[in-house]
Amino acid sequence: MTIDPTGLAIETHGLVKVFGTNRAVDGIDLRVPAGTVYGVLGPNGAGKTTAVKMLATLLRPDGGEAYVFGKSVLRDADAVRSRVSLTGQYASVDEDLTGTENLVLLGRLLGHTKSFARSRAGELMAAFGLDKAAARQVKTYSGGMRRRIDIAASILNTPDLLFLDEPTTGLDPRSRNQVWDIVRAVVAQGTTVLLTTQYLEEADRLASRIAVIDHGKVIAEGTPGELKSSVGAGSIHIRLRDAAQRPDAERLLGKVLGSAVQTGTDPVALTAAIPGHGTDLGAAEDAARALGELARAGIVVDDFSLGQPSLDEVFMALTESSASSTSAGSAESAESAGSSAELAAGSAASASPAASEAASTDEQHDAISKESAA
Amino acid sequence: MTTVATQDPKDLEKGRGERNGKAAADPGSEVLAPVVAEDLAAVFVSHHRPPKPGPLSASLTFGWRAMLKIKHVPEQLFDVTAFPIMMTLMFTYLFGGAIAGSTDAYVQFVIPGILVQSIVMITMYTGVSLNNDIERGVFDRFRTLPIWRPAALVGMILGDLLRYVLASTVIITVGLILGFRPDGGVPGVLAGVALLVVFSFAFSWVWTMFGLLLRSEKSVMGVSMMVLFPLTFLSNVFVDPKTMPGWLQAFVDVNPITHLVSAVRDLMDGDFATTETVWVLVFSAALVAVFVPLPLRLYNRK
Ligand SMILES: Nc1ncnc2c1ncn2[C@@H]1O[C@H](COP(=O)(O)OP(=O)(O)OP(=O)(O)O)[C@@H](O)[C@H]1O
Ligand SMILES: [Mg+2]
Repeated sequence: MTIDPTGLAIETHGLVKVFGTNRAVDGIDLRVPAGTVYGVLGPNGAGKTTAVKMLATLLRPDGGEAYVFGKSVLRDADAVRSRVSLTGQYASVDEDLTGTENLVLLGRLLGHTKSFARSRAGELMAAFGLDKAAARQVKTYSGGMRRRIDIAASILNTPDLLFLDEPTTGLDPRSRNQVWDIVRAVVAQGTTVLLTTQYLEEADRLASRIAVIDHGKVIAEGTPGELKSSVGAGSIHIRLRDAAQRPDAERLLGKVLGSAVQTGTDPVALTAAIPGHGTDLGAAEDAARALGELARAGIVVDDFSLGQPSLDEVFMALTESSASSTSAGSAESAESAGSSAELAAGSAASASPAASEAASTDEQHDAISKESAA
Repeated sequence: MTTVATQDPKDLEKGRGERNGKAAADPGSEVLAPVVAEDLAAVFVSHHRPPKPGPLSASLTFGWRAMLKIKHVPEQLFDVTAFPIMMTLMFTYLFGGAIAGSTDAYVQFVIPGILVQSIVMITMYTGVSLNNDIERGVFDRFRTLPIWRPAALVGMILGDLLRYVLASTVIITVGLILGFRPDGGVPGVLAGVALLVVFSFAFSWVWTMFGLLLRSEKSVMGVSMMVLFPLTFLSNVFVDPKTMPGWLQAFVDVNPITHLVSAVRDLMDGDFATTETVWVLVFSAALVAVFVPLPLRLYNRK
């Protein structure tokens, strides 16, 4: 595998795509290091798919430059095509053909012999747990099976760069975890993955760097940690014994921490952001101070937890800053080690789908269902 | 309180296909087998990169795809079998007595005409199915492959050629049953069908362009009908143009379908070297010259 001297799998300068008067992609600069998972995060209509299609040579940019492993997507499209593959947002396999036929067809188009294409197809179908459905038309596949066959098609020849456009949208938690396993396995083979998603948790778990895009522009870029610290040091979640003490606790916390305090639908719960100071005296110090003040004021704290700011908060803060929305839900979804009851309450309180997505791993899923049954 | 992963409406839509039967009938497939990490690791190491296939090989592979589609969706052959049979029977018995005095005499005249009309009509499915394919996204994958780009289109048309041959066989068979006895015999009939297939191949590219240009399957269908109905009916398919008013004759005489029908009649009559045949071949070449580059440019730009 040759990597271009800059060590970048993707490099774009001022990439632009205009549909009529709609600037779907409006000057995007990306630098994706080879061998990593790079997350592109953004709300619906942000321009993620459009950007990916340009990088995969499916759409011609209207402005700017884009290089994949140092090759221009405009002038050297064939060279780019020989090194990338794309699993689009919508399944790009032939629904009328069976799973195996789809893979054999692609194998043949990649220049493999009939027998190699057949054995490779069999191997992939087995590895992706699709052997039982191998002889069935893809149109009979479930959403999760389609995703798998689509990803299998993309790695028939291990690509140097794999584009995954919202690979887990609409998948159940188990299938989602399996797609994540697949992504990790692909990267372990040295492939670079560019992953678009609307799920913060996904980007957080998989990506080593993330670009947040909105309205066709990159509005933030960095490691998940950098993005999180850009919105503060974290937050503290507190459960009181007595709901009547909440107004007092709210006032006190606001004073000590100097930040807005959120109160959810749970009458005994409070969440307060801990502003970062850029010093080593971090969130824990501030939290300890706040708890001390509460104790001194005679307010009984039953349970508390510290949360790093979640990417949900980052996402909301960044993409909704212009809309000046005061979403109470965004603060509720912190990835704290809080009790499952609190987590369930937080998720239920939040109206935003993104926030509820944060609680969608298997274990959390189970915890939530148990709680709601209780 | 249930707040688990919200289902994206787009995916619900994608799942439409599952309703039709087979998936539900197979209980074993309801639960997806897990993906095993070791299996995955093993299948990822495929750095075997053969040279990319040449234009011919890639086109033939796409032709194979077209065959597979016919195998899985044989209903699509309905258009190329039932429709021509219906046309043949309808026109033979409807007009036979009135136009030629007897159905028997009319069959000799009308079969080559019906043959041409039916095949030319079904060329429009090239555009319809291309449009449909692009709509469904599978072309996005083809277009990220480092292959000769036109191969996907050429392969599709190769598949269509098979349909033309099939439909021709059906019509000739029905004709023979109705009493069609061409003077040219087997070689004449074969030559006639061959010329027709050559013309249809060239003509298919026109629909390829519309398939790429228009937004929906329906509009491709609409445009094709608008072109094909006048083109095939205002010709010498059913009646001798001499009975028509002068202005109509003028159109019929320049209509390429008229030339094609005359050429096919000549060939089936055993008259091989006619100017009409040459005319059709030249016209087909011209169609290819104009209508192959246009869709290819559209396809690359899409
Ligand atoms: N072919 C097209 N013609 C016209 N407008 C388009 C086209 N494709 C995308 N757009 C517009 O460009 C914008 C960005 O779309 P895009 O599909 O890239 O968003 P996205 O970030 O992938 O969104 P989602 O998360 O919903 O998939 C949208 O406003 C969309 O309407
Ligand atoms: Mg998209």
